[in-house]
Amino acid sequence: MSVKQISVFLENKPGCLLAMTKVLAEHEIDMRAFSLAETSDFGIARILVDDVIATATVLKDAGFISSVTSVLAVAVPDVPGGLNQVLTVLAEQNINVEYMYAFVGKGTGAYMVFRVTDNSRATGALVGKGIRLVSQEELAEL
Amino acid sequence: MERYYQPEIETAPREKIRALQDELLVKQVRHVWDHVPYYRKLMEEKGVTPDDIRSVDDLRKLPFISKHDLREAYPYGMLAVPLKDCVRIHSTSGTTGKRVIAFYTQHDIDLWDDCCARAITAAGGTDEDVCQVSYGFGLFTGGAGLNGGSHKVGCLTVPISSGNTERQIMFLMDLKATILCCTPSYAAYLGESMKEMGLTPDQIPLKAGIFGAEAWSEEMRQSIQETLGIKAYDIYGLTETSGPGVAFECSAQNGMHINEDHFIAEIIDPDTGEVLPDGQEGELVFTALDKEAFPLLRYRTRDVCVLSHEPCPCGRTHVKMCKPRGRTDDMLIIRGVNVFPSQIETVLLNLGYPANYQIIVDRVNNTDTLDVQVEMTPEMFTDSLAEITARQKQLVDGLRSMLGLTAKVTLVAPKTITRSEGKAVRVIDKRKI
Repeated sequence: MSVKQISVFLENKPGCLLAMTKVLAEHEIDMRAFSLAETSDFGIARILVDDVIATATVLKDAGFISSVTSVLAVAVPDVPGGLNQVLTVLAEQNINVEYMYAFVGKGTGAYMVFRVTDNSRATGALVGKGIRLVSQEELAEL
Repeated sequence: MERYYQPEIETAPREKIRALQDELLVKQVRHVWDHVPYYRKLMEEKGVTPDDIRSVDDLRKLPFISKHDLREAYPYGMLAVPLKDCVRIHSTSGTTGKRVIAFYTQHDIDLWDDCCARAITAAGGTDEDVCQVSYGFGLFTGGAGLNGGSHKVGCLTVPISSGNTERQIMFLMDLKATILCCTPSYAAYLGESMKEMGLTPDQIPLKAGIFGAEAWSEEMRQSIQETLGIKAYDIYGLTETSGPGVAFECSAQNGMHINEDHFIAEIIDPDTGEVLPDGQEGELVFTALDKEAFPLLRYRTRDVCVLSHEPCPCGRTHVKMCKPRGRTDDMLIIRGVNVFPSQIETVLLNLGYPANYQIIVDRVNNTDTLDVQVEMTPEMFTDSLAEITARQKQLVDGLRSMLGLTAKVTLVAPKTITRSEGKAVRVIDKRKI
């Protein structure tokens, strides 16, 4: 059970990130989660939104390059050791985490986005240990 | 005490130089007319025959030769002697259509070596000196020219060629090299490297450097002189006219004496072709007076420059040219390496990048930098930083093996590189020289 993440290419220069958020704001796109990975000359903005197709389209029309990636949105138990519990499951299955970032819902609850080597194996292992994954539909409600 | 390699001609009275030029020009025009059909046709189109050329005053009647002509005439069209009389070629670096091959008889090599020997002697070189030639050897004229000149002077010549800085410094220190010949940017780089190793100017055995093949500023001269503890001299030349040594600096260090017994220099208005008087800035044009194999008449260098006949304290009577202020050529010289934008384009296209790119050349701390900016495409983009940086590295490696130097590769957003209507502006040279 994965969700679609949009990754956007950005130059690492003043104003580039703003140019993207401006497009999203103008089209009233609501971001659920956001993270930024960067090198010295470029970066990748990774976002979760409610409407992936609409977002990809407005970004493309505005001249941005983006791609869609399947990632896992995990409801991390909001207690000490919560993340540790999730990572233990993945490590036991020898699943590598390429990157991850956290976000919070509008109500309660902490969530983390995981980009892993094998989505379906990771899903199976996490669900098997009683850890809840968020679906694309639920994401809009968070 | 100023030293000369060939004092009689280097300090000859102007009338004597002029008489020699008159005599050689008449002979040379006849030689070219008889043996170079390409140029003969240019003369016929202008309605000029060798009989019209009786002295240097008639020079302006002759047609110009441009780089375009050399490409048209490639490879043998400008050759004026049978190939069996040629002993060597040199070539500008470049890709198809841009390469110029220059031919030399033994006589041509000798006069070129003499020119370089004059430059080395003017820089204080004698048979007591150890001359490290760190220009590239091979098709490039830099290494061969200074190597030949150094032999004529009788220096112990170290033909080390360019690159491998560690080895350069080892030879320089162990053999106590006193004269260094290379590009100014490489001299600056060697200087910085030696400074980092803790060597002070008084520990460095060098006393003089002869630096050319690229434009450099007076500030750069000062900085090199300080770091290496030497006097730094400029030298000028181009493959089309033989190579370095067409003009060289003397102890006055304020302009380069053109070897007028072998070359006539003119300054023209690049738009009208009209000859301009002394002191006016314009395009530098050379006529080779006694080269046999590749005798270019009125070759337009595209270098922008000023000539001066002011008497020089060094005693030489030959006209001086200033440092060229710019070149409208397409070739870049970066850290002493010849680079054509088309070579960079080849690498990009081979690796699946779009042809839209920009080359930004700058000079940071006296070292040239090359930044190749490429637009990101949807095909290239992935969510993984590691994959994108691996592709960037692949491009850096590809450029290194093509150009022989390390470039920075910057990925930029789509449509950020300016599109132009006509010829694309591929190169932005920010070097302030």
